[in-house]
Amino acid sequence: MDVACCDSGGNKMNLTKRKFDCLVIGAGGGGLRAALQLSQADASVGVVSKVFPTRSHTVAAQGGINAALANVLPDNWHWHMYDTIKGSDYLGDQDAIEYMCRAASNTVIELEHSGVPFSRLENGRIYQRAFGGQSQNFGGDQAARTCAAADRTGHAILHTLYQQNIHARTHFFDEYFALDLVKDEEGYILGAVAIEIETGIPLLIEAKTTLIATGGAGQLFYNNTNARINTGDGMAMALRAGIPMEDMEFFQFHPTGIAGKGMLISEGVRGEGGYLVNGEGERFMERYAPHAKDLASRDVVSRSIAIELKEGRGCGPDKDHVLLKVDHLDADIIKKRLPGIRDLSMTFAGVDPINAPIPVCPTAHYTMGGIPTNRHGQVVVPEHQGAEEPVPGLYAAGECACVSVHGANRLGGNSLLDIVVFGRAAGNHIIEYLKENRYHRPIAEESVDYALSRLARWDKKGDGESVDSIKTDLKKTMDKYCGVFRQEDVLKEGVEKVLAIEERLQHARLKDHSKIFNTARIEALELENLMDLAVATVCSALERKESRGAHSRIDYPERDDKNWLKHSLYFKEGRRLEYKPVHIKPLTVDSFPPKPRVY
Amino acid sequence: MKDSSENRRRLKWKCRRGMLELDELLQGFLEKKYDVLSENDKQIFEEILETSDQDLYEYFMKHTPPMDGRHQHVIEAIRTTVTD
Repeated sequence: MDVACCDSGGNKMNLTKRKFDCLVIGAGGGGLRAALQLSQADASVGVVSKVFPTRSHTVAAQGGINAALANVLPDNWHWHMYDTIKGSDYLGDQDAIEYMCRAASNTVIELEHSGVPFSRLENGRIYQRAFGGQSQNFGGDQAARTCAAADRTGHAILHTLYQQNIHARTHFFDEYFALDLVKDEEGYILGAVAIEIETGIPLLIEAKTTLIATGGAGQLFYNNTNARINTGDGMAMALRAGIPMEDMEFFQFHPTGIAGKGMLISEGVRGEGGYLVNGEGERFMERYAPHAKDLASRDVVSRSIAIELKEGRGCGPDKDHVLLKVDHLDADIIKKRLPGIRDLSMTFAGVDPINAPIPVCPTAHYTMGGIPTNRHGQVVVPEHQGAEEPVPGLYAAGECACVSVHGANRLGGNSLLDIVVFGRAAGNHIIEYLKENRYHRPIAEESVDYALSRLARWDKKGDGESVDSIKTDLKKTMDKYCGVFRQEDVLKEGVEKVLAIEERLQHARLKDHSKIFNTARIEALELENLMDLAVATVCSALERKESRGAHSRIDYPERDDKNWLKHSLYFKEGRRLEYKPVHIKPLTVDSFPPKPRVY
Repeated sequence: MKDSSENRRRLKWKCRRGMLELDELLQGFLEKKYDVLSENDKQIFEEILETSDQDLYEYFMKHTPPMDGRHQHVIEAIRTTVTD
């Protein structure tokens, strides 16, 4: 190992270097599942994580993980496959979905044997609960498919995988921030340049294979449910390395988040009799959904709120939220049936829902799009003759990837399944790749220089706008122009606004140029990542002229399978879009052709 | 003792968590209240930051008493700071 003594500008002569068979970027469930597979196969694995690994966003997945174990009600993987395809509004790739649903049961049992304390039935089998979108017999009665470790499933999986990795001697770079991939002229990915947050010193991690597992990009939006670490770092690294982003227009929103804060207020509140009112005190859902009213589906409620806000009927000085009323309910009912919601509201909105309504607005929740991969976790791009040629040495798994099992809309309980199934699959494929690619390739100096220059850019002194103000403007712009209310003129204006913010970012400066724990610089680098993804998202949304799953266009209200049953691919260079077909053909069973999605 | 601004930045990064609720509570508290804490409570805050995310979430949102009783008053102060 070389001695670290280079400055942040990157005195490359002295750049510290480390070498691994595989570099995993991100230490959530997807990254750790892949790392475990590799370390157990005696590959050398380095995991880079910008926060301590068990503080990854996987801990926030409290709901559970789907697998057709049939412990509570009859079930099989084929029904799970149908539900996932239907939930995806037929944009999901049916080969990947078949693979995931078939693998689910073994995956959950494997987690159980690794030490995840799943909740149990009296007969000792794993307990399973019913979630929305789950059916028996291809759209029949409700199924019960979600396995949970009480309400801490994500936490239990993450901690178990972390401990197993420590046992398997995976090497962790805790509190290191990955800047950019290193890519050579032949297109091989050779690792990444990272920076140690504590010292500000850059590090070159050379790797025969690199797996991106950095999670989603919920921080693109002002109102979102995601941890603040979810800035889409890996996706943006891929974009800068010339890899397109797939289906970025598909972002799952939840209708009721605490206004200005984003925390999720679950449907349970409306299920107990809570209802929404606008700034005029009107119970507006009666106009949009005369029968279901406040219990209409998530997208209908989200869009209705957005229209109320857009037409000036919001509440508060900025008319930027509506109110969720439960104060007509008996105080004891609220205390008994909605204690968690009451706590959230009192803590973050300063409102006790027994006495006053909760200020809410739609909140961004899950990134369906991401780095295009196949079911082995290989990153695939259109090249030469093929639409999906693997990028040698590069893999992605989890929310940052688009494999695509969620298509236009993700079902509850499928995100934890996605990360462990495809983390494991990527690990297995990497093991095979390493057998054929036994040596490190010569490092690509230009690519390393590029990464270091991006770091050095933030050392410039002088006057310039602050990163914080640009970030806030970007997120508010995304909420307003690329949120749940989408139509041609709004999105066009959104593209212009986002590009104007991108221009402002070029001239931003930091005030803090210290080396030790310079969090301001990390936040600037995160904002650059969000910036690239914001452009990708709004451009993709403008071009898709249909409504499908989470992408809801007022001006094109119907799904259009004739023209739009295809995946978007956004390229940073030239801000261009290409399209590729959906994999309609599963691995072994008959295809599920598109049908109207009615629940 | 480390340079105070350096220590502050170190703590800021430790307040980056896996859940938005914890980000909001911990980062908000560091910004608004940390400086006026006694040395003892500053130490307790650092200890709290070493707690796992899920346990912290339960202390804050479900009123589960913290494992270490000495942490209770700082946990309570963090909870009430968000809407101050």
